[in-house]
Order: sequence, then C-alpha cells, then structure tokens
Amino acid sequence: MKAFTVSKAVTALLLAGLVLLPLYSQLSGNIFILTLFTRIIILALAAASLNLIMGFGGMMSFGHAAYLGIGGYAVGMLAQEGVGSGFIQFPVALAASAIYALVIGALSLRTRGVYFIMITLAFAQMAYYVASGLARYGGDDGLTIYKRSDFSGLIDLGNRVQFYYLCLACLFGVIFVIWRIVNSRFGLVVQGLRSNEQRMQAIGFPAKRYQLVCFVISGTMCGLAGALLANNTDFVSPAVMYWTRSGDLMVMVILGGMGTLFGPVMGAVVFLLLEEFLSQITEYWALIMGPLLLLIVLFGRGGIMGALGRAGRG
Amino acid sequence: MLLVVEQFLNGLQFGLLLFLLAAGLTLVFGIMDLVNLAHGSLYMMGAYFAATFVAWTGSFLLGALMALGATLVLGIVLEVTALRHLYGRDHLDHVLATFGLILFFNEAVRLIWGPAGLALPLPAWLTVPVPILPGIHYPAYRLAIIVVALLVALLLYLGVMRTRIGMLIRAGASNREMIGALGINIKLLYTLVFGLGAALAGLAGLMQAPILTVQIGMGENILILAFVIIVIGGIGSIRGAFLAAIFVGMIDTLGRAFLPNLLRQVLSGAAASTAAPALSSMLIYLLMAIVLVVRPEGLFPANRR
Repeated sequence: MKAFTVSKAVTALLLAGLVLLPLYSQLSGNIFILTLFTRIIILALAAASLNLIMGFGGMMSFGHAAYLGIGGYAVGMLAQEGVGSGFIQFPVALAASAIYALVIGALSLRTRGVYFIMITLAFAQMAYYVASGLARYGGDDGLTIYKRSDFSGLIDLGNRVQFYYLCLACLFGVIFVIWRIVNSRFGLVVQGLRSNEQRMQAIGFPAKRYQLVCFVISGTMCGLAGALLANNTDFVSPAVMYWTRSGDLMVMVILGGMGTLFGPVMGAVVFLLLEEFLSQITEYWALIMGPLLLLIVLFGRGGIMGALGRAGRG
Repeated sequence: MLLVVEQFLNGLQFGLLLFLLAAGLTLVFGIMDLVNLAHGSLYMMGAYFAATFVAWTGSFLLGALMALGATLVLGIVLEVTALRHLYGRDHLDHVLATFGLILFFNEAVRLIWGPAGLALPLPAWLTVPVPILPGIHYPAYRLAIIVVALLVALLLYLGVMRTRIGMLIRAGASNREMIGALGINIKLLYTLVFGLGAALAGLAGLMQAPILTVQIGMGENILILAFVIIVIGGIGSIRGAFLAAIFVGMIDTLGRAFLPNLLRQVLSGAAASTAAPALSSMLIYLLMAIVLVVRPEGLFPANRR
C-alpha cells in the first residue's frame, strides 16, 4: 500500500489551488476568476451533498436542485420581508431544506430504483412550479436580493474575498462532516444498505429510517449551498430548481467519481470550467458537452477519481 | 355545460397525446430496461420535422408523414450509434448519457432552426368547428388528434398482443437470454422497438405542434409528465400507461380549467388567482405521490420475472 497516490496528490493540489486562488486574483487583478470559482465552490458543495446519498447511500436523487431553490428562496424571501440578518436567514434556509427533505424522503423512500429517480424528479418539479406561482416573490421572473445576508460585522458577504473564503470554509466543513459520517457506524449502515438492503434488514437495521436520516442530512447541506448561491448571484428564481440543474449536479458527481470524498469537488471544477471554456469557443457549447457526457458514461468508469486511481496503479 | 364538455374533450385529447409519448417510453423501458430521457427530444424533433416538411411540401398530411418517417429513422440511428451500448448498464448511466443527448439535441435545434420558435399552421379543412352534440362545436383538429391517437393505441394493442412480432417483443421483455438462445435476432428486435417508440414520440410531437409553438425545450416538460404517467401506471405496462395517461390528461386539463373558480369560492379573489396556477400544476405530482404511497409499484405493475 502506497500512502501517497496520484489521486491524493491531485486532490491536494486542487485544494491548495482553491485556498490560494484569491491571492492569485489579487495579484493578477483578475476578478472574474474569483467570481467563477465562488460559483464552482458553491456547486461543488451541492454536488458533495448529493454524493452523500447517491455515492455512499445508493439513493439516486434526481431532484437535488430543489434544495438550491429552497435555500435560496429562504434567503430571498426573508430579505424581501426586511429580515436581513444571516443569523436568521441561514438557519431558516437549512431548516426549510431539512423539512422538505424529510417529507419528500419519507414518501420517495417507499420506492426504489427507477421509481426513486422519477419521484424525486417529480417532487423537484413540483417545488419548481410552487416557486413559479409565488407572485409576491417574483413568480417566474425570480426575486432580486438587494442586500446580502448580514452577519453583523462578523463577516462581510459583500466583500468578494471574504465571501469566497466563507464558501470554501462551508465546503471544507461539509466534506469533513461527510467524512465523519461515512466512517461512523451510521455511515457504515447506510453503505451496507446500498450494497444489500435485504441483508441489512435481516440483521435488524431499520433500513428506511437510516436512509431517511441520510437523505435529510444531504438535503440540509444542499440547502446551505442554495443560501450561498442566492447570496452569490443576488438573485433567486425558479430556474435554479429546474430539472436540468439536478442533472448538472448528478453529472458533476459521476464525472468526479461517485462515492469518493473529493470526487464531487473535482467533478464540479472540471464540469464548470469545461462549460466556461467551451462557451468561450462557441455559442453552441452544449453541442460538444452532450456527446462528451455520453462518452464519459460509455468509457469513463469511476469518473476522474477512478481514472486517477488507475493512473496511480499503472 | 358547453365548457365542461369542451374541457373534458381537451383533457381526453391531451391524455391520448401523453399516451403516445408514454407508450414509447414504457416499451423501451419494459423491454430494453433503458431509461431514455432523450425521449422528449424525439418528441421535439417530430414537431420540428413536421414544421419544416409541411412548409416545404405545402401539404399538411404529406409533411406529417415525412416527419413521422424522419423521426423513425432518427430513432433507429440513435439506437444503433449510441443507446445500444447502454443496454445492461446501470440506470444511472442511462440517465446521464441521455441527459447528454438532450443537451445535444437542444443545441443542434438551436443551430439548425435558430432560437426562435416555429409555427405550424393548420390547413383550412382542419380548422372548422365540428358539431359533436346539438349546439356544441369542437375544433376538427383536436377531434382528429383524438381519433388518430385512439387508432394508434388500438393498433399498438393488437400489434403487441396479437402478432408474431408483438409476441417476440413480449417474450423479449420477460426473458431476453432465452429468446436470444431460440435464434431470434434480439438486436434487430430492440432496434425496431426503439424506432417504434421514437416514431410514437414523433407522432405526438407533430400532432401537438399546431396547438403549441414548436420550440426548444418543448420536449422536456412533457417528458416529465410522461414519466409521471409511467410511474403511476406501472413501468413497462402499456395498459397502465394508457389509463394513467388519460387520467393525468384529464386531471391536468380540468384542474387548470376549473380550479381557479373553485378556489375563488373559498379564498379571496387575489389569493385564489395566485394559488390556482401553482396548485393546478402540482395536482398531477400530488396524484403521483398518493399513488406511490399506496402502491409503490404503480397501479398496474407489469408482471416482470
């Protein structure tokens, strides 16, 4: 066993790059890259939360973007009503996501396989239509947030660098929590359920209860990403919940490597950079992106982390 | 009374259209075990082909027939080049790969036909209102959709239950290795089934085209409805898809038509007019949630293994 593998080296390099990015941005005066990576980090956080249920728990949620919307709308609606404090907005965003996950999870987990994929998708669409119907909060057009969450001087979200580090800290925090969960007794049970639900149940674990708790934790984490995303764009609209966004998140997880700790981060960075890069070459970037996804599915088993693992061995 | 009959027929028409889409989806899923998100793209392509060919030939029927053929060919090409390699893979792989195909198709359409939508005008003989009951008229075109879709449903039923090909399809669904061992060209059968599904989606798209505008992304919303239908009906079951499609079409149409008035009776005017659109969009998802809670396998689960 080598302690130092290629995948570990690349991961360390990526993380170091993320930490040092604001320094580069300051020195080179390239502000755009900071904005771009703030978005990447927030979506990496969402992808990591999806990975918890999809990669480790085997629950293929196709409606994860709903939490991005719920977290975002919690911030936006409170801001609209004059509650600007982040100490209220963020807990409300997390709580709302958790409650939604609890209800959706309790219903969806009665099914499995493709049915589970479809029902999570349908619930996310439902959330999308609810948001479109919120005439008071902009309806279809979305809701502009005129003032970012106020943390009473503790941290200024209006400051690009501070906001970047807040997002990065949230990402690291979430990955740390996922790491602890995955290696805990609870996490082992959830992973056991992924491999063989019947057996786990025969041993005496209440399968659905474990999965539901995992589902709620994941949804809450993604709600955090939603609250950050709304602050990042100063705007929230039903479009963040559209089902293609859920698809994007799934792609990030698979691209990076399902069921690996840093895979989703890698996937988010590569996916969004590729999107950015291709859209600069041609307006019709999806024309390349689509078949690329197909090829990745056909030939790229285990995503980037898998490929790095093979490179390490080979 | 007039409104009720009209909305009822609209619901039936929408339901039958959804059935065409759901039938292809459920066939492909039931037989090849393939989750095809790009089914909605085939629906969209059917509409675009129809708009193009009708404008080109000047004849609605001829253009529609050509569009149907084009979608069939497109489906077969798609199966042979890409989707064939996904059989036997994880469902997640299917979702991802076909998600990529959606991106591709949407962008290709934008490249070829431009971002603005197209309109598919109806010929004069299809726009006349037809008297269906004394004093009640209904647009001929919508009536034609109902008739065509019912006919296709009947043909599909007879084809699957009464012909040799249908027998092979059903046999392939229940045991693919066995039917391959018996010397049936299973690859060809799969390609055929996929082509059939594509043609059904194309038919739905081209028939819907004159009612809505032909635009990018038109396949995606209706695809999700089709998924809701096959989940309610039980994946792989054509009978389930038919009943669920009619049910969903009715609920959606009638909900949109009558819910606002119903709500106005209980709520204040302003509250009702904001709540009604969201609530009527949600109705079918609520229905699906209820069905899945009561019968997690759908209403008419296909007997699989």
